[in-house]
Amino acid sequence: MSGFRHTLIGRLARDPLAVMAIVIIAALVVMAVFADLIAPYDYTAMHMTDRFAPPSAEFWLGTDNLGRDTFSRLLQGGRIALTVGLTAVVISGLIGLVLGMIAGFGPRWLDNALLFFFDTLRAYPTIILALALAALMPRGLTTVIVVVVITSFAEYGRVVRTQTLSLKHSEFILAERAMGASFGRIVFHHILPNVLGPFFILAAMNLPVVITIEAGMSFLGVGVPPGTPSWGSTLKDGFDHIRQTPWLILSGGLPLILVTLGFTFLGEALRDQLDPRLRSGR
Amino acid sequence: MIQYTLQRVALALGIVFVAISALYGVMIALPGDPTSVLLGPRATPEMRALFREQMGLDDPLVVQILNFWGRVLSGDLGTDFFRNRSVATAVMNALPHTVALVFGAIFWSATLGILLGAFSADRRNSLLDRVTGVISVAFIAAPSFVVALYSLLLFAVTLRWFPSIGAGEPGDLLSRIQHLVLPSLAIGLAWVGYVARIVRASMLEAMGESYIRTARAFGLPRRRVVYNYALRVAILPAVQVLGVGIGGMLSSAVFAEIVFSRPGIGTLIYTSVSDRNYPVVMGAMLVAIGFFVTCALIADLINAALDPRHRKTQ
Amino acid sequence: MMDTQTDTLAVRDLSVSFDTRAGALQALRKVSIKVPAGEIVGVVGESGCGKSTLIGALLSLLSENARVVGGEVLLDGEDVLRATPRRLQAMRGREMSVVFQDPMTSLNPVLSVGRQMRDIQYRERISDAEKSRRAAAMLGRVGLPDPEAKLHAYPHELSGGMRQRVAIAMAALMEPKLLIADEPTTALDATLEVQIIELLKEIQREIGCAILFISHHLGVIAELCDRMVVMYAGEAVEEGPVEEVFQRPAHPYTAKLIECDPGRLHERVEALPAIPGSLPDLTDPPAGCIFRDRCHMATEICAREAPPRVAVTPGRWSACHHAKAVSA
Repeated sequence: MSGFRHTLIGRLARDPLAVMAIVIIAALVVMAVFADLIAPYDYTAMHMTDRFAPPSAEFWLGTDNLGRDTFSRLLQGGRIALTVGLTAVVISGLIGLVLGMIAGFGPRWLDNALLFFFDTLRAYPTIILALALAALMPRGLTTVIVVVVITSFAEYGRVVRTQTLSLKHSEFILAERAMGASFGRIVFHHILPNVLGPFFILAAMNLPVVITIEAGMSFLGVGVPPGTPSWGSTLKDGFDHIRQTPWLILSGGLPLILVTLGFTFLGEALRDQLDPRLRSGR
Repeated sequence: MIQYTLQRVALALGIVFVAISALYGVMIALPGDPTSVLLGPRATPEMRALFREQMGLDDPLVVQILNFWGRVLSGDLGTDFFRNRSVATAVMNALPHTVALVFGAIFWSATLGILLGAFSADRRNSLLDRVTGVISVAFIAAPSFVVALYSLLLFAVTLRWFPSIGAGEPGDLLSRIQHLVLPSLAIGLAWVGYVARIVRASMLEAMGESYIRTARAFGLPRRRVVYNYALRVAILPAVQVLGVGIGGMLSSAVFAEIVFSRPGIGTLIYTSVSDRNYPVVMGAMLVAIGFFVTCALIADLINAALDPRHRKTQ
Repeated sequence: MMDTQTDTLAVRDLSVSFDTRAGALQALRKVSIKVPAGEIVGVVGESGCGKSTLIGALLSLLSENARVVGGEVLLDGEDVLRATPRRLQAMRGREMSVVFQDPMTSLNPVLSVGRQMRDIQYRERISDAEKSRRAAAMLGRVGLPDPEAKLHAYPHELSGGMRQRVAIAMAALMEPKLLIADEPTTALDATLEVQIIELLKEIQREIGCAILFISHHLGVIAELCDRMVVMYAGEAVEEGPVEEVFQRPAHPYTAKLIECDPGRLHERVEALPAIPGSLPDLTDPPAGCIFRDRCHMATEICAREAPPRVAVTPGRWSACHHAKAVSA
């Protein structure tokens, strides 16, 4: 396994897009983790004489309507984004993994039932469902995560099911079965390692989507509690005061674009490396 | 083909039925008094009583859900107690705006996406191809509500090329279209990237096919083979992706409508959620999901119709 | 130079290489083939011998990583390899056309037969109705019942035999000087194979074209062709009239092919009879004779010198140091 990882990382290091992606992601993670150390100001401190300040040596990305330092708030927002993103991806990934393998291995009727279940979940337009559910649940990160999990695990389920199904009938699995390998051995030694490739590609692609949903919900006022410096809240403040300052919108959108760019490139680089058949040719 | 169509329609109906029933069930079964959960603190006791009676809240859950569908099938989506109108009216007033927005977005993504994709497949590995590749990813990477905000800021507030608020004067087509340009582009931009990439990839695949070589061997000009033969096959997956993409576009439409202060399903749901006006939320959800599933179904059927291989195998 | 006037196709010393990671793969090395006007010439060889590369080079439709290293391809005396793209386009379909191996994949699945047959007449200044009429007439000539209705059919709605008839009709439509047939019967069963062979003979008689018929099926070659060329690992190793080559092969490879199963000459086979050994590495072809490693007659000279073309009888040669001994 360590040999495999070594070569994978080695191969990624030779792909300029992958390197760029990893640099972006690493920078964002470092900034989110060490937000308190890097931030020039307390993200709640109001500088009432410097409201709507443009970027300057004093306030790198300007200030908002309450005179709070935008850069410090975006750093804090990175924490929220990563927390929500990672938690939601792990939970929906695990649910999808289990349900997908059940669908792939189970009897035909169960497979069909689960497929129908996945299709039904995908029929909900994400943000509209988020609005509908958020109104019924208390406002907060937990609600955001629940909504995101509901709307994204079906995708994992489908991918894992397809992969499992194609492996189930492959010759080496049939040979293992014929030799009397236990169900557990087949699942953990053969199916799981082969499912993980596409699974991680999907996870890398899905993470920025999740982060965007969180920002979107916070923008709409159904995400994080008021006062929490999510990227979406910063954008919302910018939208409310678009005629006073363009800087809140400009700097609030940037980290979202960077996150998406970084993880999309990473996902593509992973796909190129793990699954050459899907190579896009770029 | 007929059997295939019937199968797809049945599946689509099943999905809408289960999706809406589940949502309705969750809504009713939530802990607490449904009338206060669903109507919020502003509701008067009379409104609560009327609501309780209309919805048959004392019946078992399954009966309530079936009754709900009975009402829906007779065209009754419930009552907007706060504004004293039927939910169906509210939704039907909003729907055309959202449909126009989504189809505007599809227009952008189909035209720009297919053009970019076809050009870059035709000139593979050229500068144009590489630039298109990067632009496509950048488009995909830009979240639609950030694009909406940025384009509002740049084109409407700073440059003032396009109006920033509303859906335009009723009856004035030009004004309507002017108001549609920015929001539909904001929604469609990401899909321009997707479509360009899919068209490029499937065109390159098609150009490796044997029948393309046949056409070239019979002296058909390269241009004609690329744009007439390969593109025709390559558009099929793009249609499918756009059909499924309408779900995502509906989500983006919520932001576009709010950012550009347009009327529509998104705005309706958003204000109803803020007002705790749940009957309207429910009705609008039903219509939004129905619209999405219908579009995905139509895309599927168009695909089957355009691809003669489908007719026999299905 | 006299013979180029009567040869519809003359391939001279054609060499084609593919750029691969392992280096230049020399897929064709100094291949020469002549197809006299009005004759049917067969090319036989196992997979990997360079048959597909040959067709690609004839039509100038090689893949991007292929390079023509040397030689010329003359179609009625005109060099195809040095033709302008415009001229090339004019030649394809009108002066030379091709029937590919698998009509299921070589016909466009999303266009009707009629549309495809009209499209290849795009240069003709005639109405669409006239193009359709010509297409239907040709479909009738290749023996398809109810040709007008067939114009509206899609390839998947036709049977395998019908599809190949459509492909032949397309190839014959513009009455080309040269028709290239790339294993046109491989995807068909034995009865259909006979019918398609008869059809090709008939078409050849009617429009008077020359046919280059590529196959790995010795029986079909024997039945259809006037002359034959045997290819091995990117080289032409023997050429001559079909009966003479079959009766007295002058190259050990040809001899092996025929002697491996003379009885099954008229039977259908999926591949050529197996000969011990494998093809040499074409990125680094060995010095001397290319067939040496698999040859039971190889001597010391075969390792040293590439064999010259030895004339066996008039119009017949073999690239073997021991050609006389083999054919004796």
